[in-house]
Amino acid sequence: MVAAAAAARTPLLELRGISKRFGAVQALTDVQFNVFDSEVVALVGDNGAGKSTLIKIISGIYRTDHGSIRWQGGEVSITTPNDSSALGIATVYQDLALCDNLDVVANLFLGHELAKPRGPLGVIDEVTMERRAVEVLRRLSVKIPSVRIPIASLSGGQRQSVAVARSVMSDSKVVLLDEPTAALGMAQTHEVLELIKQLRGQGLGVVLISHNLANVYAVADRITVLRLGRWVGTYQAARTSREQLIAFMTGAVPGSGEVPVVSEGAIGEHPGDR
Amino acid sequence: MSSTLEHDPRVIAERTGFRGVLTEYRQRLWSGDIGQLPVIVGLAVIGTVFQVLSDGRFLTPFNLVNLTLQMAAGGTISVGLVLVLLLGEIDLSAGVVSGMCAAIMAVLSVHAGVPGPVAVGLALLAGAAIGALQGIWCTQFGIPSFVVTLAGLIAWQGGLLLVLGRTGTVNLGDPFITMLAGRFFTGTAAYACVALFIVYVAIGPLVTQRRRQSAGLTVPPLAFVVIRAVAITAFSIAAAVVLDLDRGISLGMLFLVGAVIVMDFVLRRVRFGRMIYAIGGNAEAARRAGIPVQRVRVIVFVLSSLFAAWGGILGASRLLAVNQSAGGGPVLLNAIAAAVIGGVSLFGGRGSMWAALLGTMVIQSISNGMDLLSLSSGIKFMVTGGVLLSTVTIDAVLRRSRATGAR
Repeated sequence: MVAAAAAARTPLLELRGISKRFGAVQALTDVQFNVFDSEVVALVGDNGAGKSTLIKIISGIYRTDHGSIRWQGGEVSITTPNDSSALGIATVYQDLALCDNLDVVANLFLGHELAKPRGPLGVIDEVTMERRAVEVLRRLSVKIPSVRIPIASLSGGQRQSVAVARSVMSDSKVVLLDEPTAALGMAQTHEVLELIKQLRGQGLGVVLISHNLANVYAVADRITVLRLGRWVGTYQAARTSREQLIAFMTGAVPGSGEVPVVSEGAIGEHPGDR
Repeated sequence: MSSTLEHDPRVIAERTGFRGVLTEYRQRLWSGDIGQLPVIVGLAVIGTVFQVLSDGRFLTPFNLVNLTLQMAAGGTISVGLVLVLLLGEIDLSAGVVSGMCAAIMAVLSVHAGVPGPVAVGLALLAGAAIGALQGIWCTQFGIPSFVVTLAGLIAWQGGLLLVLGRTGTVNLGDPFITMLAGRFFTGTAAYACVALFIVYVAIGPLVTQRRRQSAGLTVPPLAFVVIRAVAITAFSIAAAVVLDLDRGISLGMLFLVGAVIVMDFVLRRVRFGRMIYAIGGNAEAARRAGIPVQRVRVIVFVLSSLFAAWGGILGASRLLAVNQSAGGGPVLLNAIAAAVIGGVSLFGGRGSMWAALLGTMVIQSISNGMDLLSLSSGIKFMVTGGVLLSTVTIDAVLRRSRATGAR
């Protein structure tokens, strides 16, 4: 991709100068963050760096004190989780938020069942729902024994995959994943990382929080580093070594504020094949 | 379009064929969803045992009609309790609410001279109001439903005594009210009702099967669905013939089966029912998915008290009287036991509406059979307690095996 063309694109989601204070604690100070379509941005930092706070601001659980949020170039305000999901931002929580007793189809459509007439008294159209569920799972190459078995009988990786696939069902444009591989074994982690690449292939913007730098390097196009609530910089994964990244995260190398938020060339690339 | 639905075993390894159904059933059993088969087997065992012990008096048309009469009131209360239990909540006030609402109806009808239908309507309204009060109290103050409805259990017991006043017992004479439980359908009318039942329970799944097949989705083997449909049809017709030999099908029983069918449809096919299951399974997940958790809770408590009131009215109609012990004693516990025996988990989210019908059938069969054997009520309570304990144990063991065996 040509750098000029890439630079002309607008990010799906852009946060500028975000600050958040809890009592005596300044959790975030003047943080910059953005994500484009067809891109995976990893959000890294040590414990207490402010990753979760930033994610919660995007998903509408916290309100930002200062700074602006732009969605597809236009200024928006996100004050509730509904605001966030109405824009097209899906958050996949660490604790999954699936109903163990319901089957895969029911979970994929939870709260958004196809029904006639519309509203809570509508009769659910199971056939169309199941067809769409199968299509989406197939498109994302999610492997599960059946779409009609309860979530309770799936493995951890399969559950995580269903939780992620739900964000695709709801036509989201940006998916926030908070430590999606934290509780998973190696094979299951691989499954979820493949799914993240699939999401990028479908044109979604993915924000990934992870402590595991190997996972970050496996899927991320760009990496945003936070340290002690401040934005250290945003780097291209391909041009930043793991040692450099750790140095930024731990403060061994001072934050290079000059690194542009939109680093040229990174956007619009599809390094999924690398 | 058909290409996107082509079978790709790499992605969705759906098991097909008869063995697939068995595997899936085992998996469901494993995940704590025990279904209706165990309770149907249990009913067959209970029927056989009592038939032998009572020298053939249990399975007579006369006794079976009595059994349906005994089931109507308790079964209706159980319908409401199944809804509450699916949410993962409990309604301890259902028994006394049934008694108090029956008393309200009786006093309005007999002392105030209000026409029967109006008295029934006002009693139902009172039930709904009680449910709304308890539901709102639980959700607004975040008090466990166990505590709120325990307070209700005590308070509405007092309400019953206050409504009945000094007389203690009110005898019912209104033709509309006595008709609710006392009316019977025989011949064509009875068979028409049974035909409707068969259409819903036996033919419905066959239609679903065809729709899924034409949409290119996996379906259980046709033989499986047909065998089930034939079995249900044969049993229903046999039941209709036997009941018709005596007084026929009682209106109270029709109300119960009708309520079960309507609520079963709501639970399985309507979004509101899906919300109930979702909240019972994981309330936080339901909330994050945009389901109005608190509102659904309040509505379910209203439904529970409404069915309790309706059950109390049916009970009063059968006894032709309301007295101070209406809705007390074993009424509540039998209704909860019926739901649990029918496979509804006390921990929420698992079970079906058929539990109300089948579980009540178990409870009332035991009670009826032991009456035939002239056993003391002490033994009756002991046996009922034993049956309840063993079913809850099955539920708990299945849940534990699921928790530890989750792969």
